[in-house]
Amino acid sequence: MKILLKLFLSFARIGGLTFGGGLAMLPMLKYELCEKHGWVTEDEIIDYYAIGQCTPGIIAVNCATFVGYKKKGIIGGVVATLGIVTPSVIIILLIASVLNIFMGNAILLHALAGIRIAACALITATVISLAKKGITDILCGIIFAAVLVISFFFDVPSIAIIAASGIVGIVAGIIKRRRKKA
Amino acid sequence: MSIYLLLAWEFFKTGLFAIGGGAATIPFLSEMGGKYGWFSQEELTNMIAISEATPGPMGINMATYVGYTTAGFAGGLIATLALIFPSIVIICLVAKFLTQFRDNKIVNDAFYGIRPAVAALIATVVIGLIQDAFYKPDTGLTAALIPPAILFLVIFVMLQFKKLKKIHPVFWFAGAAVAGIVLKM
Repeated sequence: MKILLKLFLSFARIGGLTFGGGLAMLPMLKYELCEKHGWVTEDEIIDYYAIGQCTPGIIAVNCATFVGYKKKGIIGGVVATLGIVTPSVIIILLIASVLNIFMGNAILLHALAGIRIAACALITATVISLAKKGITDILCGIIFAAVLVISFFFDVPSIAIIAASGIVGIVAGIIKRRRKKA
Repeated sequence: MSIYLLLAWEFFKTGLFAIGGGAATIPFLSEMGGKYGWFSQEELTNMIAISEATPGPMGINMATYVGYTTAGFAGGLIATLALIFPSIVIICLVAKFLTQFRDNKIVNDAFYGIRPAVAALIATVVIGLIQDAFYKPDTGLTAALIPPAILFLVIFVMLQFKKLKKIHPVFWFAGAAVAGIVLKM
């Protein structure tokens, strides 16, 4: 019971004190989980990240589930995950309800118009760095260009595109290994 | 179907298929907005900005926000829980076969194909968000678009410098908010 509470509080601290999620959380995870509690080693955290990145879902959530599961099985995984999302839920619900009250205010609307421009600039930079990481060779470049064109001009569900590109990756891998053998 | 069930189902699917972290949920959120009319592109951009500027994983923040916008407090809770549910199940399974999963050729090959596709999917949404952030229905394409364009370029160029990249999003948004008020964007 005590360990569950500790898991919850640790991950709530991580969720409440880090911004952005993903890689931005790494230093905080290391501090809370390796240095403070010694629950996992630094290598394990890197492993969780690698797997978190190639499993569905939010990376920070996946990492929390991993650590919780390691310490206390399925209940531990659930408790750690609830811990990391609790601060988000509280903070966002507060901000959203306050913003709703002032939504007609002209100054707020101008400010939000400026903020939207900044948000677009920030996500554009994120997309470029994701593309740089994801496009490692010509085939990846072709997949990127093809998906960009298809999703821009046609109304294809994202799920179908993700599934199809996964299959392309698997087929390409099989062909590559055959060639190596031949 | 009740709005709560629909929210839960949509966010469950997002949690199951959004691969590569928080930003990967954006294409799914954009689809929801278009399909059900729960929120506009403009509102989505506001939610992205606030999710980036507040503590916690961005994907979780966005789920809570979208859920709240669509169906109030209960909506925010349901969307968040539905988003993390597939993760918990999948990770508990994967944790048992940790090393096998990581070294599995098929898994690695699939992600080799998925990574560039996810980047392209997000890029498409971002192009739409940028169009919406600049477009004003009453004025259309006019000189009024020059200040936002300059603001966008200035921030984007500054973000290319490593040192400036580390600046917290809150500061970019604060600066942009002031610019928005002063220039009456």
